Amino acid sequence: MVSDKPLLELKGVSKRFGAVQALTKVDFFSYPGQVMALVGDNGAGKSTLIKGIAGIYPFDEGEVYYDGKQVHIHSPKDCAALGIEIVYQDLALADNLDVVANMFLGRERVLPLWRLDEASMEKDCVKTLDSLSVTTLRSVRQPVASLSGGQRQAIAVAKAVMWNSQLVILDEPTAALGVAQTRQVLDLVRRLADKGLAVVLISHNLHDIFEVADRITVLRLGQKVREFDTKQTNQQEVVHAITAGQLEQVPGMVKS
Amino acid sequence: MSVENPTTAPESALLAGQAAQSPSEYLQGYLKRVTSGDLGSLPIILGLIIIAIVFQSQNQNFLTARNFVNLIVQMAGITTIAYGVVFVLLIGEIDLSIGYVSAVAAVTMTLLLREPGGWPWYAALGLALITVAIIGIVQGLIITSFQLPSFVVTLAGLLAWNGVVLIMIGGAGTVIIQDNVIIGIANYFLPPLWGWIVAAVFVGGYILFRIRQVIARRSQGLPTTPMLIVTVQSIGLAILAGIAVYVCNLDRGVPFVGIILLVFLVFFSFLATKTPFGRYVYAVGGNKEAARRAGISVQKIQVIVFMISSTMAGMGGIILASRLRSVDTAAGGGNLLLNAIAAAVIGGTSLFGGSGRVSSAILGALIIMSVENGMGLLGLSSGVKFVITGLVLLLAVLVDAISRRSRSQSGLA
Repeated sequence: MVSDKPLLELKGVSKRFGAVQALTKVDFFSYPGQVMALVGDNGAGKSTLIKGIAGIYPFDEGEVYYDGKQVHIHSPKDCAALGIEIVYQDLALADNLDVVANMFLGRERVLPLWRLDEASMEKDCVKTLDSLSVTTLRSVRQPVASLSGGQRQAIAVAKAVMWNSQLVILDEPTAALGVAQTRQVLDLVRRLADKGLAVVLISHNLHDIFEVADRITVLRLGQKVREFDTKQTNQQEVVHAITAGQLEQVPGMVKS
Repeated sequence: MSVENPTTAPESALLAGQAAQSPSEYLQGYLKRVTSGDLGSLPIILGLIIIAIVFQSQNQNFLTARNFVNLIVQMAGITTIAYGVVFVLLIGEIDLSIGYVSAVAAVTMTLLLREPGGWPWYAALGLALITVAIIGIVQGLIITSFQLPSFVVTLAGLLAWNGVVLIMIGGAGTVIIQDNVIIGIANYFLPPLWGWIVAAVFVGGYILFRIRQVIARRSQGLPTTPMLIVTVQSIGLAILAGIAVYVCNLDRGVPFVGIILLVFLVFFSFLATKTPFGRYVYAVGGNKEAARRAGISVQKIQVIVFMISSTMAGMGGIILASRLRSVDTAAGGGNLLLNAIAAAVIGGTSLFGGSGRVSSAILGALIIMSVENGMGLLGLSSGVKFVITGLVLLLAVLVDAISRRSRSQSGLA
C-alpha cells in the first residue's frame, strides 16, 4: 500500500549553528508504506535534519508539511502529537524496568486509587510485539537489561509503533548489532512499512539500505545531492553521490 | 479499546510458551532464578537464622518473647527512616541529612508539646512533620535546580541541622515528653485480642490482593500464578503472622509501633510498585535520560523523593523520641544515619539506583538490630559492636555483588 501523497514533506529547510551552515535548502519526502533511507557521510546533516523534524533544533527556514498540511514543530511534544516517533541510537530504555514498563513509560494506564493497570498494559504490549512478529522474547516481564541488542532495538521500535504513530524514524538501528540481530531488525523495519507506516531509516550500511529501503536520499555537506529509487540504482552510484555528489552551493562561498 | 471476550486467550506466540503454568513449572522457574543468582530475600532469611543460632547458643535470653518484643521496638526508628532511604537510593541519590532531620522533627514536636501552653499532640506531630517535609523539598530543589551532588548538599544539611537541634534545645540539655499519646507510639502494646484482629486484617488483605491480581490477569488472558502457589504463600504468611502475634502476646503484646511499621511497609510498597509515581522513581534511577524523554518530570520526582526521605526521617525521629520519652542534644547523632542507610543496603537496595524494594528497609533493619540486640545481651564493648556491624554490612554488600555477577553471567542482570 504505497500512497502517492507524501506523509512528511520538507521544502527548502535550512539550519545554521553560529558560523556553521548545517543544512541548506533541503527537500525531503517520506511516503506511507515506504522505507526512505537517509544517507550521507559524517557531518552531512543527517542528525540535524532528524533533530529538526523532532523539534529539538527547529529549522531556521523552510516549510514542513505533514499529511498535506503545513505544520510547525517547535518541541519534541509537537512532533509526538503529529504521530512521528523517533528511535534514537541510544534507545533510551530503562534497563532495570521490564519490557511492559518500558513500552508504557510516561503513558501508563491507571485504575482508580492511582493503581497501574498492569494486566491491560501487558496484554497490549504482547499484542504489539506479536503484530511485529517479535517472538524471540522469553517473557515481557523480564528486565530490559537481560535482552540482546536486537531485542532491545525491537522493543524501542515497538514502543514507537504502539502509540499509533504514522511515521517512524530510526537512527542507525543496526549500528551495534551482529549479523543475526541485524537481520531481525531489518525484517522489522520492512514489516513497519508493509503495515502502512512511513519509515525513515538512517544508516551507514549500504548493504542494509539496499535490502529494505524503497528510496534513498543522499545528503552531502548539508545539501541534498540526489534521491534514488533503490531498484534503479546500485551501490556504486550511491557511494559516488555520498562522496562526490554535485553541490548546488559550495560551502564558504556566498551565492550571488 | 475494544472489549474482548475473556475466555478466548489471544493467539500469541509470546504467550504460548508461558500460558499454561503449572505449580511445578512455577517452582522450577523460581529455582532457576535462585540458581542463576537472583536470590531475592533468601540471604537475609539465612542471615537471620544464623544470627538466631549464634546468639541463642551464647545467651539463652536471645530467643525469648520478651526480647522479640524489645527487638521490634528497638528497630522501629531506623526502619522508619530506612523506608525513606530506600526511595532516595532508588533514584540513585543519597541523603546524609536524615539523622539530624529526624532530630529536628523530634525536637520541634517536643518543644511544641512542652507545658505550659503546650499544643495538642496531633498539632505538634503534624507541624513537626510538615517542617521536615519542607526541609526535604528545599534540599531537593537545591540539588536539582543547581545540579549539585546530593552527597554534598545533604552533607551541608547534616552539619546545619545538627546545629539547629543544638540551638533549639539550648541550655535545657534534655526535654521530657509528657504527652501520653506521643509516649504511647513506642510504648503502647495491643491487648492480645487486638493483636489477633490486626494480624487477621493484614493476612486477609494480602489474600484479597493476590486473588484480585489473579482475576485481573486472567480476564486479560495473561498467564497467572497458579492458585496452589497463592494458597501456599497465603498460608505461609498466616502462619508467620500467627507465630509473631502469639509470641508477642506471651510477653506484653504486639507493640503499637510494630503496626506502624507494617502500615508504612504496605503503603510505601504500594507506592513504589503499583503506582505511576513508583514506576517513575525506578525509571529515574535506571535511566534518567530515558525517563526525561518519556515525558517524566525528573526534577519533580527527585524533589518528592527527598521530601519522602525527610518526612520519614522525621517520623523515625519522633518514634525514637517517644521510646526515650525525651529528646536531648545527642538526638539524631551517633550511628543513626549510617544504620538507616546500612539497613536499606543490607536489605538489598542498590546504592547505584534503580534496584531495590521497600521491604529491604525492614529486613535490613531486622539484621542490624538483631545483631546489635544480641551483642547487647552478650555485654560486648561498643568497639566490638561497631566492628561486627561493619563486617555484617560488608558481608551483605559482598553477597549482593556476587549474586549480581552471577546474574549478569546468566543473562538475567
